[in-house]
Amino acid sequence: MVATLVQNHISIEATPLLDVRALSLGFGASKTNLLEGVRYSVEAGETLCIVGESGCGKSVSSLAIMGLLRHDVAHIREADIRFRGEPYDLHDTAALRRHRGADIAMIFQEPMTSLNPAFRVGDQIAEAVRAHRNVTEAEANDRAVNMLRRVGIPAPEARVNEYPHQMSGGMRQRVMIAMALANDPALLIADEPTTALDVTIQSQILDLIRTLQAETGMGTIMITHDLGVVAEIADKVAVMYAGTIVEAGPAEAIFNDPQHPYTIGLMSSMPKLTGPRERLTTVPGTVPTIETMPDGCRFSTRCPFAQHVCKETPPERSFGAGHTALCHFAPLNERLERA
Amino acid sequence: MLSFILRRILIAIPTVILISIFVFALQKLLPGDPVLAMAGEERDPATIEFLREKYRLNDPIPVQYFTWVGNALTGDLGISLRTNQPVTELMAEKLPVTLQLATMAMIFALVIGIPAGILSAVKKGTVTDYVANVVALSGLSIPNFWLGIMLILLVSVKWQLLPASGYVPFDEDPVRSIQVMIMPAFVLGTALAATLMRHTRSAMLTVLTSDYVRTARAKGLSERRVILKHAFRNALTPIVTLSALLFGELIAGAVLTEQIFTVPGFGKLVVDAVFNRDYAVVQGIVLVTAVGFIVMNLLADVAYVLLNPRLRS
Repeated sequence: MVATLVQNHISIEATPLLDVRALSLGFGASKTNLLEGVRYSVEAGETLCIVGESGCGKSVSSLAIMGLLRHDVAHIREADIRFRGEPYDLHDTAALRRHRGADIAMIFQEPMTSLNPAFRVGDQIAEAVRAHRNVTEAEANDRAVNMLRRVGIPAPEARVNEYPHQMSGGMRQRVMIAMALANDPALLIADEPTTALDVTIQSQILDLIRTLQAETGMGTIMITHDLGVVAEIADKVAVMYAGTIVEAGPAEAIFNDPQHPYTIGLMSSMPKLTGPRERLTTVPGTVPTIETMPDGCRFSTRCPFAQHVCKETPPERSFGAGHTALCHFAPLNERLERA
Repeated sequence: MLSFILRRILIAIPTVILISIFVFALQKLLPGDPVLAMAGEERDPATIEFLREKYRLNDPIPVQYFTWVGNALTGDLGISLRTNQPVTELMAEKLPVTLQLATMAMIFALVIGIPAGILSAVKKGTVTDYVANVVALSGLSIPNFWLGIMLILLVSVKWQLLPASGYVPFDEDPVRSIQVMIMPAFVLGTALAATLMRHTRSAMLTVLTSDYVRTARAKGLSERRVILKHAFRNALTPIVTLSALLFGELIAGAVLTEQIFTVPGFGKLVVDAVFNRDYAVVQGIVLVTAVGFIVMNLLADVAYVLLNPRLRS
């Protein structure tokens, strides 16, 4: 199983596990879409990192895929999504519920508040199992103990009876992971799972996700604003800015050869351990709000290279090996050298 | 848990002492002399002196207080100045009536208020929500006496479905007893239902946006289970506290409603006692209802701990 998954991962022709071809959505009556033509794909056994500043829509896009956005607030304007090659309909709430927690699972940023304080952690895991599998209570409870053991919680037989408040943040995030993986999902969406944790716990949780991923061959979408996390675990990276994926490709290409002006700005804002110490650069300006969103390229209001043509929708330019950027001027290497 | 309850009881003791002082003092401060009222038109000084001696009204006030408290502790709340019956006996007669009325009213309130609150929170901003709110507001604003009279007119006089007034002890004829009590209980319950509905709604609205409700949805649970198990369980705390307090208020008697339906409960007893300056009865009732209120509060606190695992241990 794992061998074929690894093969799939290598072969470029394989059907992606989750293929988001186009996803646009808006909130309330606003005409401007919060997410505009978002596209990314993730394959089995692969880790895709979606990076971007807070508010850029990275969480919203995954909540939309989970069907966890309120229908009366968030309006899906365009959705062409495949899951395991099959059409995945964001309007079919019943089907979305069958997927949720079964073959697509999600963990969240806030382990302290994401578990229900009124119920034992074991019951909360067992409940996830019983929601999708026809098993007895005893079997579901066994599964809960096993899952706690798998996520590295010591004395799982005892801790399965504990309440969330008896556990630390790191432990709670492990419980969340145990709950998410209880039904062996094919895809795990992790929405900033380490942001609220101590640095030492952060790397433990990342290691845990990576280990479990290697064991199960699940695809993982990691949403983060932490480029350190990206460098550590990403196979592929999608850079999101103001609701669009501005650049995507293999992690190596994004880090070593960024093509979109925003990605370049993002990379140069990261401190380096080697080389001369310099002042960190920043991307000037602020992210436009939904009311001030410019036509065409959404980054044009902050882009040092912006010209008149940027008022038009930027083309997707390809740089091989799945590396693409949405920019009129990409590749930017020549311009940068001249500048 | 046991130590928690004991601790709460210990805390309640000073409250009870304060209430007893307050009740006693209030009686002493009220204008009007009960002895003069009893002595009749002639106001014969000998009779007055005899009555003062009999009810120990010539003792210094602190001594009177301690005599009263001492007797109360042994279950003796004095003798009604009006009927010469022991106050405890009077109350023992009325208590089952009041308890039945309060319980039935509470059941109405819970059965109507909580589901309506959940529904209007889940359907927030929709027609259902508005209708529920308008109904709740009407429930709060319609005066009890008006609703009571209208019900008697329609249900008893016009349709002849239920008896208009009176009381039948439960152990004598349970069916009849409940029938007689339905309308007064409904009248009392509607206002409480409205309060409960508003509180349930706001508690549910807070809980429904919480992270763990999102987690419950992310597990693929049915919306029904998400709302009734994961959300409602956490919204219960304020609802239970409020219900206990409302029930405590009901025990104190529903003066108006009892008058309209001529239910012989605490409310009627206390009104009669006040008008007759029957201070022994008034003191007794106020003390007992205050203690009842404190007990309900205590039960609410215990329920609070049972509902909230963080407070156990």
